Amino acid sequence: MGIRFILMVNKQGQTRLAQYYEYLTLEERRALEGEIVRKCLARNEQQCSFVEHRNYKIVYRRYASLFFLVGVDNEENELAILEFIHLVVETMDRHFGNVVSTFPSCELDIMFHLEKAHFMLEEMVMNGCIVETSKSNILTPIQLLDKAS
Amino acid sequence: MAGPSLMDSLFQRSLDDLIKGLRLHQPTSESTFISKSLDEIRREIKSTDPQTKSTALQKLNYLHSLHGLDMSWAAFHAIEVISSQNFQQKKVGYLAASLSFHSSTDVILLLTNQLRKDLSSNNVFEVSLALECLSMICTVDLARDLTPEIFTLLGSTKSFIKKKAIATVLRIFEKYPDAVRVCFKRLIENLESNDVGIVSAVMGVFCELALKEPKSYLPLAPEFYRILVDSRNNWVLIKVLKVFSKLAILEPRLAKRVVEPICEHMRRSGAKSLVFECVRTILSSLSEYESALKLAVEKVREFLVDDDPNLKYLGLQALLVVSLKHLWAVLENKDLVIKSLSDDDPNIKLEALQLVMAMVSEDNVHEICKVLISYALKSEPAFCNEILGSILSTCCRNVYEIIIDFDWYVSLLGEISRIPHCQNGEEIEKQLIDIGMRVKDVRSELVRVGRELMIDPALLGNPVIHRILSAAAWVSGEYVELSKNPFELMEALLQPRTILLPPSIRAIYVQSAFKVLIFCLYSYLFPDEAVASSPSLPVDLDPGVTSSISPKEFSESSDVVVTEPLADREMDEGFNPRDISQSLEDVSVGNGGDTVIAHEQTSCSATLKKDYFTQESIVKLLDLVERTLCPLMGTHEVEIQERVGNIRGLTELIKQELPEFLVHKERNVEGVKVKALEIVKLMHDAFLEELGPVSTSAQERVPIPEGLMLMENLGDLEGICGDIQLPIPSQFCFGRPHSGGRESTSLFNQQTDEESETSYECTSLLAEHRKRHGLYYLPSEKLETISNACPPAKDPQHSDDVNDDGQDLVKLTEQSLVPKKKPNRAKPRPVVVKLDEVDGITIAVSKPESKDYLISGAVREVLLGNEVSSAQHKLPDKSSNKRREKDKLDIDQPSETKENLANVGKSETSTSKKSKHHIPGKERKHKSSRTNADEREDVQKDKTKSGHHNPRHKARQRADDNVDVIAQTPVIPDFLL
Repeated sequence: MGIRFILMVNKQGQTRLAQYYEYLTLEERRALEGEIVRKCLARNEQQCSFVEHRNYKIVYRRYASLFFLVGVDNEENELAILEFIHLVVETMDRHFGNVVSTFPSCELDIMFHLEKAHFMLEEMVMNGCIVETSKSNILTPIQLLDKAS
Repeated sequence: MAGPSLMDSLFQRSLDDLIKGLRLHQPTSESTFISKSLDEIRREIKSTDPQTKSTALQKLNYLHSLHGLDMSWAAFHAIEVISSQNFQQKKVGYLAASLSFHSSTDVILLLTNQLRKDLSSNNVFEVSLALECLSMICTVDLARDLTPEIFTLLGSTKSFIKKKAIATVLRIFEKYPDAVRVCFKRLIENLESNDVGIVSAVMGVFCELALKEPKSYLPLAPEFYRILVDSRNNWVLIKVLKVFSKLAILEPRLAKRVVEPICEHMRRSGAKSLVFECVRTILSSLSEYESALKLAVEKVREFLVDDDPNLKYLGLQALLVVSLKHLWAVLENKDLVIKSLSDDDPNIKLEALQLVMAMVSEDNVHEICKVLISYALKSEPAFCNEILGSILSTCCRNVYEIIIDFDWYVSLLGEISRIPHCQNGEEIEKQLIDIGMRVKDVRSELVRVGRELMIDPALLGNPVIHRILSAAAWVSGEYVELSKNPFELMEALLQPRTILLPPSIRAIYVQSAFKVLIFCLYSYLFPDEAVASSPSLPVDLDPGVTSSISPKEFSESSDVVVTEPLADREMDEGFNPRDISQSLEDVSVGNGGDTVIAHEQTSCSATLKKDYFTQESIVKLLDLVERTLCPLMGTHEVEIQERVGNIRGLTELIKQELPEFLVHKERNVEGVKVKALEIVKLMHDAFLEELGPVSTSAQERVPIPEGLMLMENLGDLEGICGDIQLPIPSQFCFGRPHSGGRESTSLFNQQTDEESETSYECTSLLAEHRKRHGLYYLPSEKLETISNACPPAKDPQHSDDVNDDGQDLVKLTEQSLVPKKKPNRAKPRPVVVKLDEVDGITIAVSKPESKDYLISGAVREVLLGNEVSSAQHKLPDKSSNKRREKDKLDIDQPSETKENLANVGKSETSTSKKSKHHIPGKERKHKSSRTNADEREDVQKDKTKSGHHNPRHKARQRADDNVDVIAQTPVIPDFLL
């Protein structure tokens, strides 16, 4: 399983989205998120985007007020994961940027549309493997759904 | 409890209301708001109105995933919502299930039918929801029961569904390896799909499977090779490369085949992620191909000189992979590696440090250590300790393989001990004692270093080096005969500040004091024997060398200098206790300062006196011992109390009998028996017994006494130690960078500007990122988002002095890393005691997990079974040919598979293991192909040795007439090899 979890965390360390691809108990999640967030948020922009933690590699990047953190196992290609993060952000931007013009901040978009964000991630990643990298393919089901409702 | 009323439904808070409410509340009142909302949810979720129910669940999802609320109690409600006809509601239900269900959720079985229904739905989105959920929550039962549905979906014409089914298959295999027999062929077919998404998904599955047990997937090499050459999709190529990095190790002929295409990608591709994957593949699995390796190292250098810290980090990591086999690659980049030691980023520094340590050899160990120590002194504590730790671990590798000059190393250990933040006490303690036991020639230096540490009362106040002091005390006691001044050692061992030591270490101090006391008494009472029994010392230092060393040491550390000339001179004169004794007479008792003594000693050593253990000094010694140790008789620590008791008994006895002895001695009476004398002699002889290193496997060599029942199965331990999980050491990391509390506090102070953060225009932000990292990582298909109006990337700023350090280091190491032979070594490497068997190195054999093993077993059956039947038609010599063969084969396939599926369906109640053996014919086939699989392995092994198979094989072939000769054709068609 390449990707083990995807976290989106704001500057204050509050989790804004958490998607795990392996089962962890709530306590384990809380502990893991706390440790990782402490580690990654302490780093500055000039430092590299990779942190090793327990048996994970964390690949992270900051966009505006939001940190995107992806936990992968040791075999995964870090640069590809960075590109994946960028893809996630671009996809979300394409969707929310047009839909919710009153809340330009990425963070608020995700807060109020957590389900959609999960839905997008589900289109992109299944069982820890990246299955879709085309933005329009990812967004098609969501757009259909929006039209329907 | 009253059911939810209509009012509840009408005035239900929506998810948006909940979120807004949460945002209005301060962190303090948040928890009450959450618990209030939770009460509402509990009520609403029982509603008969599906919309109310699903909204409640939706809110619960939110609270669960962002506020960590338990939602396991709502599992049944989630299943209810999933069964809704409304897609939106169904979606909420599935999200709840994938967020919260796991293997021990008891209601999960109730979901089976709903999943089956949705998986067969005509609405692709419903199918997709079900697949996504299944891939998250799959259990053994679900996997077994839904395998037929997944199999059908694998043949779907819609790629939207197909790729998700493929991704789900991986989880199904993990849970239910028998599914491999059903689904594997369809999976392989998809490798040839024209749809990039599907190929990407299949490669994802194979990549995961092959990483666990690569061998079984060798037969698929032709398909993978085709993808490697043909595919233009970087995601897919990265996965294929990962597979090949595993396969190439197993099959050298395959390695030869793939190395050129990989180099081609490396040259051509503009995507750093792909280039990096190629580099990593070459360095880890194909490093014996010289030109490829050179190209890869070139690329690594490009990464290292890049401003992007990510590339720098990865470049260093890549070098580390290759450093074991091809050190030249590291040496070629040593300037950049050393520069990275002063990087801003602790992670990069750690990687660089590991590489520096990889460059250490016996020729440059002095210089590198010197540089690193000076660097450690300037670093923050965490990194300082990383440096010290890696020096220690590198130097002691393979029983101090790279250390020639142990005197130097021992004094280095002394130096390290005094570095303020040193946390490596335990390791230094271990090494000091270990070296003492293994290297005889270094003991006098060891005693000197130990003395330096012990006589410094300041060190006793620092708890982190107590362990080192304990080693110093032990060394001083054990090798006291090499000491220049045993009286002084006694002073150090008994100094008042030893009260700061923990009891276990204090006990060692007391014991060492005992040894020193015995030595002094013995030397006094038996002056002749003392000389005779004193061990011979390394006196092979010739004067020329000594004088050339000492000025150098002089300039290095002021601590060491003072006593150095003395030591040298004494060694020149033939070092033995008698000589020392002459030098120490007056100074012996009652001083702590070292430098003064040393000088006096030098002057004293000229005056030759017969007796240096005088009656006066011995009496003083005994007084000192009694005075300081008697109070300890009352201690509660058994270890200390007991040892003090021993010493006290001895001193009292001596004091009683000493006058009598002196009388005898003066009169020169022979043959007088004094009890104390005998005891002293006895103890001295006992302490003279040399301690040697103990083999790690010593315990195993103790024969088990007859009649002793050792538990054969330690399975019970699992239950007892189950919750103690061993940390899995990460491959590339020495330790964890410490993060101070400082950051976290500042983090929460910023809370107020959460909302005030002006949000950038998202697109320009994205563009900025893209521009800053435009190099990376996959070339975007469209460059639409790039605008040049974004602010320039900040240049990484190094503080000046750090940079200077870096420069110094580069210069210093520039010289030191040039491999040079020392013109002539001061002295040959002393003998280091090694035990005959491997010293301490144990290689853990990792066995594949049973589940993985089951999967790969099944995979092999499918693949090789396929191979056999296709081979029966004709021997394949071209891949296209072979593919056609397979197509043909698949025409017959469905009927058989259906049979199999029916079988699976029937066996719902039976256990997974039984289900495959329902049809006898089937079972027989399995068995035969299994034999094929075994033979295939053997054949591959034998292949290089001889073209013919050994008789054992033939016998087996005859025994199983199902197997034909063609089954032994290479699994990988020749065109590849």
